Amino acid sequence: MSQNNSNLQTVLKAGKFAVTAEAGPPRGAKPEVVREKAKILKGYVDACNVTDNQTSVVRMCSMAACKILREEGIDAVMQMVCRDRNRIAAQSDILGAASLGISNLLCLSGDHQVFGDHPQAKNVFDVDSIQLLKIAKQMRDDAKFSGGKDVDGPPQMFIGAAVNPFADPFKIQVPRLAKKVAAGAQFIQTQCIFNLEKFAEFMKGARDRGLHEQAYILAGITPLKSATMAEYMAAKVAGMDVPAAVIDRLKGVEKKKQKQEGIKIAVETIQKLKSMKGVRGVHIMAIEWEEAVPEIVQAAGLMPKNGR
Amino acid sequence: MIVGERKPIETIMSYLEGSENILLTGCHGCVTVCCTGGQKEVDILASMIELARMKKHKAVKITKITVERQCDPEFLTELIEKSKDNDLVMSMACGAGVQLIAEKIGAKRVFPAIDTNFIGAVPEKGTWSERCQTCGDCKLALTGGICPVTRCAKSLMNGPCGGSRNGICEINPDIQCGWQLIIDRLEATGCMDQYEVIMEPVDWSKSRDGGLRKLVREDIK
Repeated sequence: MSQNNSNLQTVLKAGKFAVTAEAGPPRGAKPEVVREKAKILKGYVDACNVTDNQTSVVRMCSMAACKILREEGIDAVMQMVCRDRNRIAAQSDILGAASLGISNLLCLSGDHQVFGDHPQAKNVFDVDSIQLLKIAKQMRDDAKFSGGKDVDGPPQMFIGAAVNPFADPFKIQVPRLAKKVAAGAQFIQTQCIFNLEKFAEFMKGARDRGLHEQAYILAGITPLKSATMAEYMAAKVAGMDVPAAVIDRLKGVEKKKQKQEGIKIAVETIQKLKSMKGVRGVHIMAIEWEEAVPEIVQAAGLMPKNGR
Repeated sequence: MIVGERKPIETIMSYLEGSENILLTGCHGCVTVCCTGGQKEVDILASMIELARMKKHKAVKITKITVERQCDPEFLTELIEKSKDNDLVMSMACGAGVQLIAEKIGAKRVFPAIDTNFIGAVPEKGTWSERCQTCGDCKLALTGGICPVTRCAKSLMNGPCGGSRNGICEINPDIQCGWQLIIDRLEATGCMDQYEVIMEPVDWSKSRDGGLRKLVREDIK
């Protein structure tokens, strides 16, 4: 089996605390937008995710943006949702991505199309994220397509999944993590964490089942830009847990200083997560605020980083 | 049962444009039960059409007939006979009924008066709610009697997704999270060990995706 080029996997295997970030592709055929984001993040991350038509809004496809990131010297994590493609296209895209040197795959269900700019689109969901994990693993390890035929040139991918410890019902989130690990997830990126107590409870459940040793868990972080953003996320975004204390902390600071306070909160959260057993890194989702990532990584004492 | 809702009157009138003699047909089956296309609704729609035409000083003559079921040719004989004196047939039955009429009627235009929406049940009086997507491979034995194809907005076989909040689906506060319901039922029936079994990808070829489906009973032919 040929070696995977995943820097992320190399860093995690070596026992280092990994840093990944997220880059959203542009809403047009503008590769330079991706290159700009790459330049901001290079040297501060071990790998960078590219979202896949996030919130069901059409953007440059993840595979293309990942290729551009790689050209800029960053290890890319291709996010793949189940909303827009059937198993034929999914396997085809995995082959394509691997052929372009993309080494990491994050398997997701995908936001429902009702949230995006094409709510009338047909909803695919031929397979779900757990089945997609299995399919990717089977292509790589058994050189078999899900239909049973041979893969001539298995795709070498470091395969991951997402978990949301803050979704309901809470009691199902560790069993769900177990399912994803059983299906083939080698790394996990969590939804962004503001409620450390709840996250600690989740991690305890994960550790009790030894899941932290079967997959590398990276804790999600999103720097809050303002109290308004925090309130919006708390009230309107499903699966988001933003404690009142966090919102109050931001409100307690004058508007133009809230961004800085948001970064402070992110850095403090990372520092607490570093010492939480089973947390092997952080995944910083600074949506349309990639400039915040270098500052956060440095302030949290996570340098040096090799983006490869 | 099949549930549908009458199309907007503007759409119906556009179908009838240029026609004077209309055969308006209802069905005593599902559309009667959901108060959309039975005899009563045929009467109401006929009045609405007459009113709309009157406002435009245009003539219309509506013949009404409501049959046992429009999905069975044995009940269409009289309907087809009456259609001969009319310019077109408008059916208040579900899509199956409209299409069977079109198949059996010869050279006469047939129009739907309703949108056929779903197969559903009555969770409480006055409400019909979708329950079955006719996937052709019923999974209810594994999911506590709650359908993951229909009740989950993403038809996840291994749900829930990260958007489930307090038992509500992220796409609409009026929609319950299908997977919360499944988990509740699995728990209540002592079947939670089923939850961690990975459900394999659906064989969609058994559903509409595999092509037109049919059931044949040689012993009945």
